[in-house]
Parts: sequence; structure tokens; C-alpha cells
Amino acid sequence: MAAEAFSFTIDGIEVEATKGQSVLEACDAAGIYIPRLCHHPDLAPSGTCRVCTCKINGRNSAACVTPAAHGMVIENDTPLLTADRRALIEMLFVEGNHPCPYCVASGDCELQALGYRLGMVAPTQPYQWPDRKIDATHPDIYLDRDRCILCSRCIEASRMEDGKSVFGFEGRGIAMRLNVDAAGGLGDTQMAAIDKAASVCPVACIVIKRHSYQIPNGARRFDKAPIGTEIETKRVGHKP
Amino acid sequence: MDIVIAVQQRFGHISDEAVGAMAEALGIHAVEIEDMVSFYAFFDREPRGRNRIRLSKTPISFMKGSSEVARAFEQALGIAVGQTTADGMFTVEWTSDIGLADQEPAALINGIALVNLTPADAPLILAALRQAGETGALPAYPPHAAEAALLPRSIIRSSLVQSGPLLSGSPVRAEGLKAALALTPEAVIEEITTSKLRGRGGAGFPTGMKWRLTRKATGVEHYIACNADEGEPGTFKDRLLLLEFPDLVFDGMTVAGYALGAREGLLYLRGEYAYMWDDLQRVLQDRRSAGLLGDKICGKAGFNFDIRVQLGAGAYICGEESSLLESLEGKRGSPRDRPPFPTERGYLGQPTAIDNVETLVCATRIMEKGAAWFTGLGTKESTGTKLMCVSGDCERPGVYETPFGITINQLLDLVGAPDARYVQFSGPSGQAIAPKDFGRRIAYEDLSTGGSTMIFGPQRDVLDIALQFADFFVDETCGWCAPCRIGTVLLKQGMEKVVAGRATLADLASTEALANTVVRMSRCGLGQTAPNPILTTMRSFPELYEARLAAAPFEPLVTLDDALREAVEVQGREPVKEGA
Repeated sequence: MAAEAFSFTIDGIEVEATKGQSVLEACDAAGIYIPRLCHHPDLAPSGTCRVCTCKINGRNSAACVTPAAHGMVIENDTPLLTADRRALIEMLFVEGNHPCPYCVASGDCELQALGYRLGMVAPTQPYQWPDRKIDATHPDIYLDRDRCILCSRCIEASRMEDGKSVFGFEGRGIAMRLNVDAAGGLGDTQMAAIDKAASVCPVACIVIKRHSYQIPNGARRFDKAPIGTEIETKRVGHKP
Repeated sequence: MDIVIAVQQRFGHISDEAVGAMAEALGIHAVEIEDMVSFYAFFDREPRGRNRIRLSKTPISFMKGSSEVARAFEQALGIAVGQTTADGMFTVEWTSDIGLADQEPAALINGIALVNLTPADAPLILAALRQAGETGALPAYPPHAAEAALLPRSIIRSSLVQSGPLLSGSPVRAEGLKAALALTPEAVIEEITTSKLRGRGGAGFPTGMKWRLTRKATGVEHYIACNADEGEPGTFKDRLLLLEFPDLVFDGMTVAGYALGAREGLLYLRGEYAYMWDDLQRVLQDRRSAGLLGDKICGKAGFNFDIRVQLGAGAYICGEESSLLESLEGKRGSPRDRPPFPTERGYLGQPTAIDNVETLVCATRIMEKGAAWFTGLGTKESTGTKLMCVSGDCERPGVYETPFGITINQLLDLVGAPDARYVQFSGPSGQAIAPKDFGRRIAYEDLSTGGSTMIFGPQRDVLDIALQFADFFVDETCGWCAPCRIGTVLLKQGMEKVVAGRATLADLASTEALANTVVRMSRCGLGQTAPNPILTTMRSFPELYEARLAAAPFEPLVTLDDALREAVEVQGREPVKEGA
């Protein structure tokens, strides 16, 4: 039996959706890109980054956690939302330590790519220079918490996809950190390089050792096309 | 939650071994336990002092002399606030508002509330603690009355200054409950709806509608949760209600339980109120003996209901209803995204109505006296009365029961604050009000409030107070969502620059823009209101910001001297100044 179909509008465009889809999923399927950071298509949404916030029926809500409903009127690509999203990306940049020019993920980093897409030049807020620990105890993986944006993807992937619960948060507020399920570090957990949790990091916090520069700078995902392009090309009548 | 509280009490901290043992016993991962434990201010991963001295840190407490009290403890113990004595006997630290704004400086010592402290009390308190500790046992938690009696200043004065229709006339246990049980559950909800009762936490959601939605929602169980996580600085009415009118609260929960078809009620009591534990348990036990809890309440066949008290552990965010649910379930208190709303999927995924303590007391009295009595009070949209918690620069701080619709001016007259210059209304998450707006009315139609009313006289520095509130939100943001986690810190830094007189016009604009982004993009009410102390003081007191502006078109965030401090320390000499 086909799922119940209905429609809503986003920036004046009518989008078909089915029951159970989030606003973000329905828009993805229709080829309309809503900027997002913590969301991963294979994982349940956590709503930590708030970048996908849209004005939905007059109220700001995160598109990844808002169920699509018939007749919704949504604003997405507006100057105000773009400015707010850019401010969020800036906040994440100053919160951690993000040395883009020499980072292994440069060109493949969703945070960096969103900065470009949303028109960030340089952060206007002061850098926080936090003191964060690197964990290199695992033979195949290292954790560089300087880059961590606390998106919770790895936590969700490890728990739900890998069934291992290798990751969790520790602390609260600005002191929050990514924690691992062993006092001795990642090397003492059940983590393996083939785990889903090892492949979902949007930045370069979870890095597979000895694989770093296989694709050279300049030939990486977001070097070729801005983030979101892969979704927008799905749109009927899309012109590159 | 209870397991971790017990471990903390028995060993003084939650060690790695304890985390491992709990994980094994519960069949979960250590990382999940650490996730929860590290979230709450009252849980420690490292050993701290046997005696915990927590001083209330609010603008009001500082006005009343908490800095001097802190210094007295520091001198007597030879440590700084935040440290533990070498013998492991004492830890002194600051804590967010503990619900005693009318009796500051206040402190929680091993969970016992001490009020109206002076520097001279510090040595007496320490001597009493040393003597009590000679038995070798760790202080009990939750604390018992006998232990409190050993400490000076442990008698909390009744906060009730003026009672009105809600609290006067010595209410009788179970009157409202019996009246409710004479009706059908649907008729109870109808009566509450007719009374136009709205949530007293400040948001003002119609209680009748909440109960109807919860009752209608399908679930294996239905729950009523009472939100007694009164964390908004300057609020203390729920403490008053739980200390002096616990039966009205439990009656209200039982009425709600009957109306919703619930079998269990949960009272989420903030960790700061642990000293009420014994008394509340005693009242619950009394009620069980009197047939007011348990099976067939008041002889009503089929109505079985009981109440459990869940103690929190120091987290303002848990007053946010979805965080409260997470905490009730034994997790870190991070808010949930809505929908689904708690009325559909709340505690353990079941339909749950979450009501403020005062709301439930109102419900009890409405059952007893009828909806018409209630709608006869207040205004058209704001029926009944409100418990206003008044503190700061006034002659008679305390709780005032006032009808909705009175103006700020009328309230100020009532409490004796003729020269108020600034009122922080409904707590830091509310708004800053200047004298030109003192004619505004306290009602959902105009100024809605949870009750906190902090009054500041002409001698106070409004901007410094706004900075202190900004700092409060840095301590209390849960950290789950980026705008609130990072934004609160950046806003505090922006405000520090303002207070230091180094902010330029461009800095103010940037701080204001950031504040508005945090309001628009945050996940829950905490982040959406955290910038309010800054935004509303900017709106109400623009002249104060203007007077504090730096003359220069640009000022760096850090001064050159600060930037060089580390190098100067390493080198051991001051840089050569130009022209010297």
C-alpha cells in the first residue's frame, strides 16, 4: 500500500511528502537543499547544530526533527536565515580549534563547506582556544577533539548501527566533550575502523590513520562543487 | 538517578570503579553513565571535601553580602572558593540560585539550607561541622532535621508575607480532592477549563487543555509530573508551597491523576531542595495511611494512585519540561525536540501532563471552591491570583499573593520599594523593566511571569547585573545545541567588554545581533531566553550602554597588556614602553 502523500510549500515551491518524513527528508527528495550540519541521512536526527532551522508556519524549527505535514508554509532561503546559519557556523569555528589550511579534512569537511556556502569570510567572534585532548591510543583511528563540533553522529552510529556505544558526551555547556567507553582511551574500546561510527564524522575529529592524503587537496568532494549540490541536482528542471 | 545519588552520598564522589560497577549491574555502557553523571552539578567524578559548602551566587546574594561571607570561609579554611582543604574536610564553592532570594546570603551545607549569613557565622558553622564529623560518618543526604539543628542559621523564615484567596483560610487536606472525586474525570477537566487556569511557571499554557490532551492521548500508562525544579533565580514560591502547603500540592497531583487516568504521579524536586525530603515523605506516608494515596482513594473504586518524589542534582535546565522528563528517566537533562509533545509522549514515552507546583495548588482550590470563584479573581485572560516572589532592594521581601492585573508600581508599593530603578521581571529569562514601564500590568495579557521579581535600587549597576545573569546562563546551558552552548559564552564575553567600558558601538551591534541569533536558533526555552538580560537591558536602559561606550572606533577584545601577560611572566620583566 502506498504511503499517504501530501504536500507543503517551501519558499513558494510545492513539495510532495509522505507520512513519516521530516521536512528535511521531503525537501532532499525533491531536490531542495536546506543547509544542515549534524544531520546524516543514515542516522536518526539529533537536532544539535540547528543549522537546518527554517521558519515553519511562522515559527523557527529545525527541519531535521520536524515531521512534514500537509499545508505547511516554510521559509528556507531567506537573508535572515542565511545570516543566522552563518552565525552558527562561525560559533562552531570559534568554539573549537579549526586550522583549515593544514587540516586533513580540508575540502572534505562539512563545516568548512558550509562556511563557504553561507558566505562566511572570517569569524567575527573571538576564538575560544579550548584545551582539548587528542586520543591516539587506537591502532587504526585517532580522535582529534579540537575539531569536534559535538554533532553526536558518532554516538548515534555507534549505538544504533554498530551496537557498541563507543561514544558519549561528557560534561555540560561549553565544557562538553566527546567521551569514549574506556578509561584508557579509544584503543581500549571495541571500536574498529570499519564501524559506521568511524565514517560519519562531518569534520576531522574521527580520522582513519594512514588514509589521510589519498585524495589530494583540490580534488576532494567540496573542492569540486559546493555542499548541497548533490541534493539540488535531483531537482526536476535543475540547471547546473 | 537514585543509584547515582546513593553512590555520591556513600563515597563522596562517583569513581571510575563505581561507574564500572553501575554499568555492569545495569547492563549498560560506562560511557552512558559518565554521560549522565558529568551533567549534574551535584555529582563529582573526583573526591571532594566531606562537608560541602555551597554559597548562593546571584546578584541579590552579592548585594546582601555573600562575597564577605565567602571571604570569611576562605580565611577560616585557608583555601579559595572552589577548593578543598588538604585534610579533605571541606569544599567551598559557588552554586546557582538556591531558592532563598528573600533570605540571602544563603548557602547549602551538606544539603542543609542556611540563611541570612554573616561573616561571623563562618567559624561557628565550621566548628559545628567539625564536631558533627567526629563520628566519622559522612553527612547524610538528603539531610535530616537533627543535623540541620546543629548548625546556626538553619531556620528558614516563612516567605509568605501576604496571602490571598489561594492560600488564606487554613486550607484543609483533601477538601479539593474529595470534591473532584465526586465528579467524573471529564467533569474535573471541564471545571478546570472553565476556570481558565493557566500554567504558573510563566508560559501560561491552559491547564484544562493540557489535561484534556493528555487524557485523550493513547498510552499504556498516563502520568502527572509536578515540576518542582524551581531554578529561575529569584523564585521561591514552590519552596514555600512545598514546605507549608504540601497537602495542597499532593491534592492537586491526585486530582490531576484522577482526571488524566494516571496511576502514578512524579514530583521532580530540585536537588537544592533535598532538605525537604524527609518532610515530604512523611506527608506522603500520612496520606497513604489516610487513604488519600494507594488503592481506592477516598473509597473510590478503581482509582488507584501514588506519588513518587524524584530528587534532581543541580541543573537549571531540568525545569524545562522535556529536560525534566529526560532527567526523570535517569538521563542527562537535555531537552527534547517537539513534536511529539509530552501530552502525547512524555515520561517513558507515555502521555504526561507536566504542571508547575503553583498550578496544581490552584487546581486543588478550584475543585474545592468552584471555577466561578476563580474566574471572579484577576483579569479576563488571567484568572486567579499569582504568587509573586519579591527580593532585592525592598523593605519586605517574600511571597505576595496578588490578583492578576496589578501594575508593577502597585507591587513596588506593597513591598516597600519606592526608589526602585530597575526590576528584573520573571527572572533572568524574563525581562528588565525600567521605571517608565512600571505602569505595566502583571497578567498574561501584558507581562506574564513565573513570579520572580528582583528589585534593584539607584545605587546598583544595571549592566553589571546583566553580566551576572549572562554568566548564569553560561553555567546552566545544557550544551546540547550549538547556539545556546556557544552563544551564551560569547554573549557573556561581549557583556564583559561593555562593563569594562571597552565596547564600541560596533561591538554593541555585534552583541545584539548575536543575541538575536541565539534567540531565533536555539532549541529550547533556555537558549531562546538566555539573551534576554542583555537584550532587554539594551532596550530599557540604552542610556546606560551609551554612557559606557569606548570613545575609540575600535577596541581589541584583549588589551595589549593582557595579551603580553604570559610573556612578561616568563621573561620576568615588563616591556619597554614607547617614549620611556
